[in-house]
Parts: sequence; structure tokens; C-alpha cells
Amino acid sequence: MTTEQIIGLVTGILFGFLLQKGRALRFEKQVGALLLRDMTIVKFMLSAILVGMVGMTLLSNAGVIALSHKSANLGALLVGGALFGIGWALLGFCPGTSLGALGEGRWHALFGIAGMLAGAALYAELYPFFKSTVLAWKDLGKVGLPEMLGVSPWMVIGVFAIFSLSLFTWFEKKNI
Amino acid sequence: MERNMEDRGWNPYIAGVLLGILAIASAYATTVWLGKTNYLGASTTFVRAVGFIEQMVSPEGVAANEYFVKTKVKLDWQFMLVVGILLGAFIASLTDRSFKNEMVPPIWKERFGPSGFKRALGAFVGGAIAIVGARMASGCPSGHGLSGMMQLSAGAFIALGMFFLAGIIMASLVYGRRAS
Repeated sequence: MTTEQIIGLVTGILFGFLLQKGRALRFEKQVGALLLRDMTIVKFMLSAILVGMVGMTLLSNAGVIALSHKSANLGALLVGGALFGIGWALLGFCPGTSLGALGEGRWHALFGIAGMLAGAALYAELYPFFKSTVLAWKDLGKVGLPEMLGVSPWMVIGVFAIFSLSLFTWFEKKNI
Repeated sequence: MERNMEDRGWNPYIAGVLLGILAIASAYATTVWLGKTNYLGASTTFVRAVGFIEQMVSPEGVAANEYFVKTKVKLDWQFMLVVGILLGAFIASLTDRSFKNEMVPPIWKERFGPSGFKRALGAFVGGAIAIVGARMASGCPSGHGLSGMMQLSAGAFIALGMFFLAGIIMASLVYGRRAS
């Protein structure tokens, strides 16, 4: 294995370990969140995002890492995001967690993985069509929210932190 | 109340903070060792994986496909990351004996019955729709939800919002609302 592959594998093992320990891999947790009954994965994700936002902003400001924004292509995000949500509710796993779920014995995730491979093949075939339609509507470019709004990253992080902590308080109060 | 106590899982806030630290460490490590900052993601790997499969049948077809060419079918960092998720979850499930053979999850069973075939079909169709959406949006809850949000990418806020909005509506249509 190359260095690149070894680093990827080690990082993935740690990633999978934390997803499993946080109980984020379970169908019950993922669909439970979408049914607003069990917000475990939302607590897990938002905590990770908050810590990550601070770390990435510090490292990027210090010139240590390079940020790599994906295109804010509105058609792609709105249509693709909606399709993802529809499929996610049926499957009960996302692409990364489907592998983790299989790792902890949830064999039905295998059919989801097979479906995702079939869907990926389909997307590759349909890509020219999407490129001239959905993907061609409106692209705001590879941009960060702070630059788009003309504010400091810390402002965005602060607002997001207040939003997340309010949600956490609400989840704990409702015991979900 | 169904809580983490009975299955000895970690507190989700603490597990989340550790994942945030892992994401930062990973961005730093890839920059130092690989010369390029890599961010956690998963959905592109499904394109590469099916690219490898198609190459066995028709290498010319893959070479001529614009999307496979753009994505580059290779065993890269993210591919191994996704393989690692499976291994890491397996190891974690052994450490606290939470590995469990499951064909039909309880919420699904309540709604559609114990048929493994129905569940397999639902998972397959759901997976196919989800990955088309994720590739269209250029990311999944890892790429957009974690990595994009951590970088404050404008698109990630839209993507994550849409994932949950559509997911919540679809889940309520499919599994129905019940008093819990």
C-alpha cells in the first residue's frame, strides 16, 4: 500500500470506530432523527462540526491547511440534496455509515451498498444530461459562507454555535 | 426510555467532539504527509468502486465515460477511508459486544413486516436514489455535512439543510407518525 492509502485506511478505522461508539451507524438512530424521535446523530454531527469549524478556521488562517470548497451550485444542491434525503430515509444509512453498519452486523446495509453502486453507475451514464440541465442552472462558485456574506468566519461560527447549543438544550429537555 | 446506558455506547456529544478532532488531525496529517489537504468524504468512492467493476466488463466504456474520467477511477485515500470505516466499526462493535446480526431493523419491521426481501428492496432503491442525489450535490453527510460545514462552505449549509428537510418529509411519509 502507498502512504496515501495507509493514511486513508488508518483515518477510516478511527472514523468508523467513533461512528460506531457514538451509535451513529444504526438505522434506528438515522431514521429516528428524521422522525424527530432520537436526535443522537444530530448531537454527534453538530458537536463534530463545531469543533471542526474552530480547528479548520485556525489552521487555515495560520496558512497550515488549504480550504477546498465544493461549488455552491444551487440546482445541484437543491435537487441533489432532496434526492439524497428521499433515498436516505428509505435506506436508513448514508454512504459512509452503510459500510460501518455492515461492519457491526447490519447485513441489510449490503443491499443499500449494492443500490449505491448501481446508482453511481446510473449517475455516470446520466451525467451529460444533468450537466446540461440541473447543474447548469445557477452556480455561485466555490465560496465560503463568510466571504459570501462579507463577515468574519468567527461571526458565522458564533451564530452556528448558538443555534447548535439551543438545539442541544431543546433535545435534552424533550429527552430525544 | 431508550438511552445509551443499556448498550454502553459513548455519549454522542463526546464522540462528536472526538470526531471533530479526528477531522482536524486528518486535514493536518494529509497536508503534511501527502502535500494536499484531504477532507473526510465517502460518496465519490462509490463511483470509483463501480468504475472498477465496470472496467472488468468494459474498460473502453469506462475510459469513454466523462464522469468516470472526471472522477478518476483509482484506489485513493478516500477509498481506503471508506474501507477503514467498515473495519473500525467492526472493531468497535467487538470491544463492547454490540455486533448484532440484523436483516430487518425494528422501525422498518413495524411498518413493512419481517420480510427480508422487502427490506432488501427498500435498501437497494433507497441507496440508488441517495447516491444519485449525493453525486449530483457533490457530497453526502460526510463530504458536505462534516467537511463542508467545518470549512464554512456556502454550499454545505444548503446541502445539509436539504438532506434533512427532504429526509424528514420522506421519513414521515414512509414510516408514519406514531406517538412515542
